[in-house]
Amino acid sequence: MKELFPVKQVMGYIFSLVLTAVALSVYFLDMSFEVGLTILLVTAFIQAALQLVFFMHAGESTDKKAIYTNVYYGIAIALVTVFGTLLTLIWGYM
Amino acid sequence: MEFFERFAIPHPSPLIYASMVAIGLTMIAIVVGITYFKKWGYLWREWLTTVDHKRIGMMYIISALLMLFRGGADAVMMRLQTAVPDNTFLDAQHYNEVFTTHGVVMIIFMAMAFIIGMMNFVVPLQIGARDVAFPRLNAISFWLYFAGAMLFNISFVIGGSPDAGWTNYFPLAGTEFSETVGVNYYMWALQISGIGTLMTGINFIVTILKMRAPGMTLMKMPMFTWSALITNVIIVFAFPVLTIALLMGTLDRQFGTHFFASTNGGMDMLWANLFWVWGHPEVYILILPAFGIYSEVISTFSQRNLYGYKSMVGSMVLISFMSFLVWVHHFFTMGHGPLVNGIFSITTMAIAVPTGIKIFNWLLTMWKGKIRFTVPMLYSVGFIPLFTIGGVTGVMLAIASADYQYHNTMFLVAHFHNVIIPGVVFAMLAGLTYWWPKMFGFMLNERIGKWGFWFLTVGFCLAFFPMYITGLDGQARRMYTYSEETGFGPLNMLSFFGAGLMAIAFILIVYNVYYSFRYAPRNVGQDPWNARSLEWATPNPVPHYNFSVTPVVNSSEAFWDSKKNGHQLFKDKIDKIHMPNNSGLPIIIAGLFFVFGFSFVFGIWVGVIAAAIGIFGCMAYRTFEKDHGHYIPVEEIQETEMKLEVRNNENR
Repeated sequence: MKELFPVKQVMGYIFSLVLTAVALSVYFLDMSFEVGLTILLVTAFIQAALQLVFFMHAGESTDKKAIYTNVYYGIAIALVTVFGTLLTLIWGYM
Repeated sequence: MEFFERFAIPHPSPLIYASMVAIGLTMIAIVVGITYFKKWGYLWREWLTTVDHKRIGMMYIISALLMLFRGGADAVMMRLQTAVPDNTFLDAQHYNEVFTTHGVVMIIFMAMAFIIGMMNFVVPLQIGARDVAFPRLNAISFWLYFAGAMLFNISFVIGGSPDAGWTNYFPLAGTEFSETVGVNYYMWALQISGIGTLMTGINFIVTILKMRAPGMTLMKMPMFTWSALITNVIIVFAFPVLTIALLMGTLDRQFGTHFFASTNGGMDMLWANLFWVWGHPEVYILILPAFGIYSEVISTFSQRNLYGYKSMVGSMVLISFMSFLVWVHHFFTMGHGPLVNGIFSITTMAIAVPTGIKIFNWLLTMWKGKIRFTVPMLYSVGFIPLFTIGGVTGVMLAIASADYQYHNTMFLVAHFHNVIIPGVVFAMLAGLTYWWPKMFGFMLNERIGKWGFWFLTVGFCLAFFPMYITGLDGQARRMYTYSEETGFGPLNMLSFFGAGLMAIAFILIVYNVYYSFRYAPRNVGQDPWNARSLEWATPNPVPHYNFSVTPVVNSSEAFWDSKKNGHQLFKDKIDKIHMPNNSGLPIIIAGLFFVFGFSFVFGIWVGVIAAAIGIFGCMAYRTFEKDHGHYIPVEEIQETEMKLEVRNNENR
């Protein structure tokens, strides 16, 4: 029975509900724009990682290495693009 | 009648009307010709519905050659216009449309089609697979590319061509300054073919990662396959940016948003930024497969194994990441401070290092090799010095402070043609000549091919080296004319002369296909070049299942091993082979995409909605369709193999 019960998935499900609740608090609680957006960004990325690992089974096949390499590569490029754009168009603009 | 007025050309000229008539007559001639020779059934069964990677590859390559003709004609028109000062062959607007079309056609519809065609034909053969991972998706990719290309190509006779440059910078490309539907065509043609390219990217990554022959680890893949893998990784990560940028541009132009406007919180520079976030990796998408082809060709015709296999792979992996770190060097002068320009200057110079490593590897492969100067080898040997000149001027442009002098001049135009023509075009011609016997079962004539090479190379040097000089003297790019006092006249005339030689080279290359088709012997055997990698282990012509028995591999030069070192490639007995079925769905869905794009360009919403319903209908049909492919029985395979063997023996 124990090995049939998907503990990981249930925990993931509960955790993703908690994350949703935290994100919702931005709407209901009174907080500054910056704090709100930070909460949304952080919860969104954790949520996405959670979905990928628990519900899309990223690490459970023989392609584990290829999948994670792709994900990390994608994250690196996204970060470079976003922060590079900010640097170019806003921070470093004269 | 009012409805049809929108299709009129905003800026007509006798040239355009002549092209209109020519297009009409050509289309009638094609339809009549196919009907007369009763080829519709053959065409539909064997080509339009095919999912065979070899045929899709050939269709890509034929389309690419057609687009090379279109883009080349535009290039000759531009050179003719600027050949003498104060020329009136084209006016400003027409010139704008011509250089925009030239750029888009050459990059998106010629070079991309050429590299994807080569990958389609060669990669499955090189890794010992029977097709790509998703054969039908592959067909959809091709037909989407074709739909996009056709949509772009009809723009100049229906509604007007885009005229904001191939970079299509906003706000020039916005509705305020580009009032015609031209830029809408740009948005949708690129969008549709871009979706096809993205699917190709996914398809080939999966193919290369999952379908290699037993024994072929990643580090035992032939170099062209490695370059294809890296290219497709870049495609998958770069093209979504283009997709989104095009979508935002469409929203701006057709739905009144302000992403790229300079008012209401929009930012016009964001287009340039996003465009080059895609555009710079795109440069490497074009050049890496070319590097792969050169690696194959140089190693084959030096009769040595490739020098520095690991460093070749390493430098490509490095390039794949660094290609995403340099995009700002395309707009150093847009107004950011020294910090930003300094960072991107350094990354740009750094990316020259892995490229330099590859150059040295090719030189060292040739070192003490037994070099045969065949046509593919000539292109490769011509590539090395010419590309290096392009690379060196690239490093000059990478110096941000000096770029203020060079930017937007003919110097820049000379630079990027100097890397793209010897880089990509030479590679494609080398690859085409090299793999031609595998594709069609006969070889291209070496003599005519060499004439073609020399015309192209000399023409290239004469056409583009003068631009370095006029550019440094201050001739701006994209100017449709100049006065006599500038003194640019003679060098531009020389440039026109060079373009003429390149046009002759193109005619020679096409004539070579005709000549060799008529006269070349068909007894070339399966390995006419004494080559090294796995694709040459297939019989000639390649049967549609590629390998009757899955090959077993233990190095990156499996075929060479089997010839020289007694490696046994085919160990198993012939078994029944599972192959995918042909399908008419890809061409239908691409036709619907064409209608969708065309309607969207003109804002004919009925057409848009009807086509969208059709597209989703096709997808729904596919979802519920049961298509398990088919098996080729053992007897049939044996029969085919026998025939091929008899044919090869007869010829020997």
